[in-house]
Amino acid sequence: MRLEKRPTPSKVWSWATPVLAVLATMVAGGLLFGALGTDPVLAIRTIFWEPLFGEFAFYYRGQLLVKAGPLILIAIGLSLGFRAGIWNIGAEGQYIMGAICGAAVGLAFYPLEIRWLIFPLIVISGALGGFLWAMIPGILRTRFNTNEILVSLLLVYVAEQILAWMALGPLRNPEGAGFPGSRNLAQYSATSNQELIAGWGLHWGVVAALIAVIFAYILLSRHILGLNIRLAGEAPRAARFAGVNPERLVLLCLGISGALAGLAGLFEVTGPSAQIGIDFNVGYGFTAIIVAFLGRLHPIGVLMAGLLMALTYIGGEAAQASLGLPAAAIQAFQGMLLFFLLAFDVLTNFRVKFGALGAA
Amino acid sequence: MDFGSINPVLLIASLMVASTPILLAALGELVVEKSGVLNLGVEGMMIVGAVTGFIVAVETGSPALGFLAASCGAVILAMIFGVLTQLLLSNQVATGLGLTLFGLGVSALMGQGYVGVRPPASPKLDIFGLNELPVVGPILFNQHGVVYLSLALVIGIWWYLRATRSGLILRAVGESHEAAHALGYSVVGTRFAAIAFGGACAGLGGGFLSLVVVPTWVDGMTAGQGWIALAIVVFASWRSARALIGAYLFGGLTVLQFNLQAAGIAIPVELLSMSPYLITILVLVIISSDKRRAAASAPASLGRSFHASG
Repeated sequence: MRLEKRPTPSKVWSWATPVLAVLATMVAGGLLFGALGTDPVLAIRTIFWEPLFGEFAFYYRGQLLVKAGPLILIAIGLSLGFRAGIWNIGAEGQYIMGAICGAAVGLAFYPLEIRWLIFPLIVISGALGGFLWAMIPGILRTRFNTNEILVSLLLVYVAEQILAWMALGPLRNPEGAGFPGSRNLAQYSATSNQELIAGWGLHWGVVAALIAVIFAYILLSRHILGLNIRLAGEAPRAARFAGVNPERLVLLCLGISGALAGLAGLFEVTGPSAQIGIDFNVGYGFTAIIVAFLGRLHPIGVLMAGLLMALTYIGGEAAQASLGLPAAAIQAFQGMLLFFLLAFDVLTNFRVKFGALGAA
Repeated sequence: MDFGSINPVLLIASLMVASTPILLAALGELVVEKSGVLNLGVEGMMIVGAVTGFIVAVETGSPALGFLAASCGAVILAMIFGVLTQLLLSNQVATGLGLTLFGLGVSALMGQGYVGVRPPASPKLDIFGLNELPVVGPILFNQHGVVYLSLALVIGIWWYLRATRSGLILRAVGESHEAAHALGYSVVGTRFAAIAFGGACAGLGGGFLSLVVVPTWVDGMTAGQGWIALAIVVFASWRSARALIGAYLFGGLTVLQFNLQAAGIAIPVELLSMSPYLITILVLVIISSDKRRAAASAPASLGRSFHASG
């Protein structure tokens, strides 16, 4: 058996591999859960079926969009950069900084009730916070040739420390009886990011995610910038000859992904999470990396992958509650999904040939 | 504030202990990158090493077996990376990230029953009773065996890459895999061996972290040390002696930072805690800003997949 490089990646396989990867992960995940002493079929059913069609589906269905919103929003931004070979893996940090900046601006107005002014203002501040945080690896890369992978990742740990400082210090709720954490932004009507339709989980962050999907789709298929991004990733030499400015592209890709991650953080802190606290970030920035790859770095793919990954989150919670499956099992499950995807991807780029060399 | 409580001799001795996990991981990754492979999964391999080493040491009561298991656990994870990137030709950046995400999840899963458990104490070595000597005794002659092993590896890797046949093949594979392949060397085999070695080193570093440095098991306890090890490889310009300097500088900062926190200095704790990461970034900037030198020292085939056509 040997591999033969395809002249161009296979279209069919590039959409079939995510499906195969999900199925393989279900089997392998089932084995993992079995090893942990849970009935594998029941576990997989609890994760993938119960949240959508089971007894408590009315609760879980709303959660689906709440979890998918930030994942899609972040993953859309990341996928643009990944396509161009620009690796922003510090979205978690940009998510945190977006939330802090937005929350700080919102709290500065407390207790004014001018929602038409304050809400747009904090949305902009959130995006700006993530944007500026992503500009650090961007500018260091373009000015000093520093590896953006390492810098963006290391800045996540810095952002986490800033988050702790903010939760315990400057942004702490003055009426919070000394507990860490800011005022409740979801209950402050000027900043509150509530569900737009009761029970759907559809808040402004989800709307922003859908808009981002549409914009990314148009950008990649119709706009010169999208063409440049694709060109830089697939044929860097050709991109240089075509006059694509690589430095501008680095700043743009990092800036867009940072701003989107910042937005995701802002919508989270004013809605589902409701306050700046020490444990505000739950790893969406990292899971979004898996979402971007699972969605083939394609906007529509990212949308579907984000929904699926959100399902594993809430299914994981359901399995935790009803089967006592540990929370970490889902994290391992998501990691496995990325492995299987990367493994099956060989079929996209290569043909598998059997028999001796030259027989074909 | 009480700086008198900071004892410089103990500071240096504890600096060496605190630096060893990063030094080991950086040395392993250095060899991996010299063979032309970029494995971003160091953090994942370290944490899996930390948890497997911890579990085995607690269950058997033997720290030595724990260290062995730490290496083995991480090697298994590294082999997943090897199969994916070398046989299935997946993107090395994506696969390395996957390794880290998977490792963090699996380690949390494995370590569930072990949070708050005390590991068996790993004895320090007393070399010829010289640990009684003032100043140099505690620093040079009264450390854990793994610390000495890491120092031996610094010299061993330098010698291996510079003076042995297989070390030269490894470097050839890293500089130009086509040429190495044309000369009849096994690119994939060499890289597999390097990846396994990198895994063993990262795992041992993780095991040392959970069994000696901390010593307890906490979810996500590596806290970015694997990423810092990756940065140190760049800082070291792919040379083992410089990796030692980089790791000890970083370890020194970490220890100093803890001592300053304990001494009650009037700098916010969070600022002190983020300082190692900020300084790592600063060092990366200084090292990378000279574009020509940075490009000259990096292995030329770093991060590129190899597929022998025909």
